[in-house]
Amino acid sequence: MATTKHTLIALVQDRPGVLNRVASMFRRRGFNMDSVAVGHSETPHVSRVTIVVSGTTATVEQVRKQLAKLIEVIKVVDITQDQMTSRELALIKVRATSPTRSEIIEMTDIFRGNIVDVGADSLTIEVTGDEDKIESFLNLLRPFGIREIARTGRIAMVRGGTTGSSGEEKGISTRSREHVHISEDVE
Amino acid sequence: MGVCLATSGPGATNLVTGIANAYLDSVPMVALTGQVQTWFIGKDAFQEIDITGITLPITKHNSLVLDVNDLAEAIKEAFYIARTGRPGPVLIDIPQDVLTNICEYHYPAHADLPGYRLPLQGHPAQIRKAAKMINEARNPVIVAGRGVIISGAFQELKQLAESSQIPVVNTLLGITAFPTNHVLSLGMGGMHGTAYANKAIDACDVLIAIGMRMDDRLTGQVSGFAPNAKIIHVDLDPAEIGKNVRVDVPIVGDIKKVLSALNKLISASQHVEWINDIEQWRTKYPLYRATDCEQLMPQHIMKHLNEATHGDALLVTGVGQHQMWAAQYYESNTVNSFISSGGLGTMGFGLPAAMGAKVGMPDKTVWCIDGDGSFQMTLHELATLVQDNIAVKIAIFNNGYLGMVRQWQELFFKRNYVGTPLTCPDFVKLAEAYCIPALRVTTQEEVPGAIKQAMDHDGPFLIDFMVEPEANVFPMVPPGAALAQFMDQPKKEVTAWPRQNTL
Repeated sequence: MATTKHTLIALVQDRPGVLNRVASMFRRRGFNMDSVAVGHSETPHVSRVTIVVSGTTATVEQVRKQLAKLIEVIKVVDITQDQMTSRELALIKVRATSPTRSEIIEMTDIFRGNIVDVGADSLTIEVTGDEDKIESFLNLLRPFGIREIARTGRIAMVRGGTTGSSGEEKGISTRSREHVHISEDVE
Repeated sequence: MGVCLATSGPGATNLVTGIANAYLDSVPMVALTGQVQTWFIGKDAFQEIDITGITLPITKHNSLVLDVNDLAEAIKEAFYIARTGRPGPVLIDIPQDVLTNICEYHYPAHADLPGYRLPLQGHPAQIRKAAKMINEARNPVIVAGRGVIISGAFQELKQLAESSQIPVVNTLLGITAFPTNHVLSLGMGGMHGTAYANKAIDACDVLIAIGMRMDDRLTGQVSGFAPNAKIIHVDLDPAEIGKNVRVDVPIVGDIKKVLSALNKLISASQHVEWINDIEQWRTKYPLYRATDCEQLMPQHIMKHLNEATHGDALLVTGVGQHQMWAAQYYESNTVNSFISSGGLGTMGFGLPAAMGAKVGMPDKTVWCIDGDGSFQMTLHELATLVQDNIAVKIAIFNNGYLGMVRQWQELFFKRNYVGTPLTCPDFVKLAEAYCIPALRVTTQEEVPGAIKQAMDHDGPFLIDFMVEPEANVFPMVPPGAALAQFMDQPKKEVTAWPRQNTL
């Protein structure tokens, strides 16, 4: 079976050690975590974890079930098949001298990035988008000399009225979920 | 449900094996460990160890309580989580100052756990699908595990099996889920399962897995497991379904509830041909009864134990050959009367578990069936046995070997016996040192008398059965083979290896 990337959203109780539990489960069962991003959700004391995991459909289903089994995990959804918006943020410090600075700024504009810091011989750029967009931007910057990269990992949200907090019940393995696609991708 | 207390550091780490055992076998248990004072945490203080970190992957849940005001809630949650759903061990680590601090006592009426919901009723559409599959099956087989016992679904299982005449295979931990002497019982399946159970799994067209987790010791090589069957898997834990074996109809729910819903949709049938096939296998490959042997064989002991206890005693085993013999030959008549270490295969489980069983059910006769190797791993518990006068009857199947490993060395490694011959102490003298009456049995003739003497004695008793050193457990499915490729008992026993023993 083919290995694909899946985006899982886990809503977890905001308690000490919960991220350790999630990470430990991945390690112990030999699942591959491509990226993980954690932050507060719309509900107080509930954190939202976005995990990108590579594996066959069966493996990822097992990941989802094992995650759901953790007591502090309130809910897990695999939104890979849904229409979703996914974003990553990257901070890129690139070498910039007076001959190259304007070219870099121009490219940053095209990618709708922001210059967040200017040094004597460097620029720090903030850019958001899906992984492909950030990869292409990085490829363009590489010839100038990239000094440092910080990336957040993917966060994602299902388009339309459906929220990650409704729909699927924890632990039940149905996965088809119809919803009306109303917003347009702007990128 | 079991509760254990340990101090911080080594006390806590000594619990690890027991906790792991409970985790793999879904045993409800709460472990309370002491911890250094909150201000010492993270400082590598005397007897400080990160026990919540250590037990993270082997507990259903665990927590470190840093404030006495959170203690009552943590206790409530621990007991609720440990005993509900799929049971398991929960550990609470409590720093010394939290134990001695004082607060207003509020014990919550309910545990507030938004992430812990139990899928109780099976999905009706799935149950209908399963019923249709069972009703249309020609060669159905049930494989019943410990989930049936946990859920208390014995009647429902029996009804399902009887109404549609479906033979029942048990897993090791599911042995008492279905009466062993029932005409539809095929006994245990898997690596040391009966030949007819494994043949039935191999040949079935519908396999109904109930409250079991497709452990590799049961399935054998997964690609050869029930190769022609559609598989219905009923379990409370959704993560167990499809984890090891492909499943055609998954049903997540409480076994008792699912089976009673399912039973309403099952039409009566006989499966005459199928039952006949199985009876032929039963005749062709019976369990070895050692009637052709003059030496003392484990089978003789099991036979007399069955006769003396009428299958009504609690049998608790260690891990190894003796455990498999007990599993194969014990004719249990009572539900939940066979206690063994399944998933972790913890040698040394027998004696302490038997003591726990006796304390929990003082009116029952409790037999600890142990091996000479397994027994020595926890024999220091004899002190507790005497101290608290726990009337456990101990039967050591003494073959002077770590027998199960020796069996593998014999069969698969050209009898290269490395690390398996044991120099055992004199167990009779050992028992006497603890003031426990004990007997040594070396012949078949002495067995019934010794068992009677042990059972008549009011208190703990030890019998050291000197069994044939190189007796093997058969049938055996070789590692990596499918269930159908079992090895049966060879006609002649191999000659004895010189015994290394102090006796």
